[in-house]
Amino acid sequence: MAHRALAHRTTDDVAVAVADLRAGESLEIQTLDGGKPHKVRLLEDVPLGHKVALKDLPEGHIVIEYGEKVGRMTRAVKKGGYVHVHNIHTLRWDYGKPSRVVDAKRSPLLGRGSRAKKGGK
Amino acid sequence: MARKQSALMQLTGYRRTNGRVGVRNHVLVLPVDDLSNSAAEGVARLINGARALPHPYGRLQFGPDLELTFKTLSGTGANANVYGVIVIGIEPKWTERVAEGIAKTGKPVEMFSVERHGDLNTINMASRAAYKLVQEASEVRREPIEVSDLVLSIKCGESDPTLGLAGNPAQGRAVDRLIDMGASVIFGETSELTGGEHLIANRCATPALKKKFQQIYDDYIAVIQGQGVDLLGSQPTEGNIRGGLSTIEEKALGNIQKTGSRPVNAVLNYAEEVQPGQGLVFMNSSSAGAEQVTLCAVGGSVLHFFTTGQGNVVGHPLIPVIKVSPNPITCSTMSEHIDVPLPDLLVGDIDLDQAADRIMNVFERTVNGRMTAAELLRHEEFVITKLYPSA
Repeated sequence: MAHRALAHRTTDDVAVAVADLRAGESLEIQTLDGGKPHKVRLLEDVPLGHKVALKDLPEGHIVIEYGEKVGRMTRAVKKGGYVHVHNIHTLRWDYGKPSRVVDAKRSPLLGRGSRAKKGGK
Repeated sequence: MARKQSALMQLTGYRRTNGRVGVRNHVLVLPVDDLSNSAAEGVARLINGARALPHPYGRLQFGPDLELTFKTLSGTGANANVYGVIVIGIEPKWTERVAEGIAKTGKPVEMFSVERHGDLNTINMASRAAYKLVQEASEVRREPIEVSDLVLSIKCGESDPTLGLAGNPAQGRAVDRLIDMGASVIFGETSELTGGEHLIANRCATPALKKKFQQIYDDYIAVIQGQGVDLLGSQPTEGNIRGGLSTIEEKALGNIQKTGSRPVNAVLNYAEEVQPGQGLVFMNSSSAGAEQVTLCAVGGSVLHFFTTGQGNVVGHPLIPVIKVSPNPITCSTMSEHIDVPLPDLLVGDIDLDQAADRIMNVFERTVNGRMTAAELLRHEEFVITKLYPSA
């Protein structure tokens, strides 16, 4: 059966839609590392190439994809929700620009940008 | 299957006098500066098969920025896909500098300067020289070559998460096979490694290389931040975001998949020369498609693999650029730009080895002369990396 969404690692927080997904769909999402599939019911539409939460992700949560840190949740999303620039922010250059960061709280993992800025540049 | 395929692969190319091997046989009309674009394009319009490379620079540059422009111009002329070069500059001194850089390879080089002749007489003289070079080039025959004769390069562009999931891992598998057969493969995109730079650093073959890589990466980021800005708004690009990429880290981790799994055997700065047999090579570069492909060709790459999610259409005037895409929307709405469509890999109908077989098959045919989508559509982007303003 053709995949509808795939995750890189079993431990990842998000999977990637490989087709346009509809709210209400129930999916069994395989992982590329061959781990246990995730059963997810979609809460929102997620377009092809975009990400779906594999678990409840609270605000401030450091998001894992490819087994690596890819960003910080700026607002909470439930399992099956849509994860994109409206609710995730890079950990680099993460100094709370109001236009980009819903939650202006600084990340616990300041990027190099923040350090350079504090250094007086 | 992979091994059988490599044993069966029959490649042909052009062996140059300096031992380097090309897969195309171009005659180039190279302007040294913006002022000489008109004369160069005049020659290319007159002589069938002469190819002009117009660009906006070459005047009043200084220091490392000038050096990089010289290196870019002579390195492009020196590329093994080029049979011979007509160099045209506004005055003779810098023209000679570029021409001498190319002549070191032993290939035919003729030079002309516009001052004291004017465009029309320059075009007349240069066209007669180009006529001769193109005719000579037309009699050069392809010979059997090996993968180990080749310097290749990779980049991705207008990326989206379909690349990280499918297109780039497939490209990475093809890169591993090519390196195991003895090819050199250049990758770059320094700022676009942000979030995965530790993974590349840890793949450097020696501690010295690791240190050099980290230094180049840190310097690049320092330059960006020296402007008092950051990459938010540029990395990921609006195209990346439309495709589903949310952060630079996510983009970088997908990007790195296409480098495969072999160690990084060399760490080079902009436009440094790469030899065959070096394996995987990092070259400091911009992440903009045309700038990076231009630098790879200067380093010696004769064929480029370009994976794309949303549909980057970049090409190069001298080296074939093979486009690989797993995104079904891109493969159907922009099919004329894609040489290796892999939407079936994305949904799991074929596996990574089958996808890599498909890339290798198109690689073999492209080396042997099959025109790529970018060649057919005249995508001939040539972009010189500029380090700072001219004087």
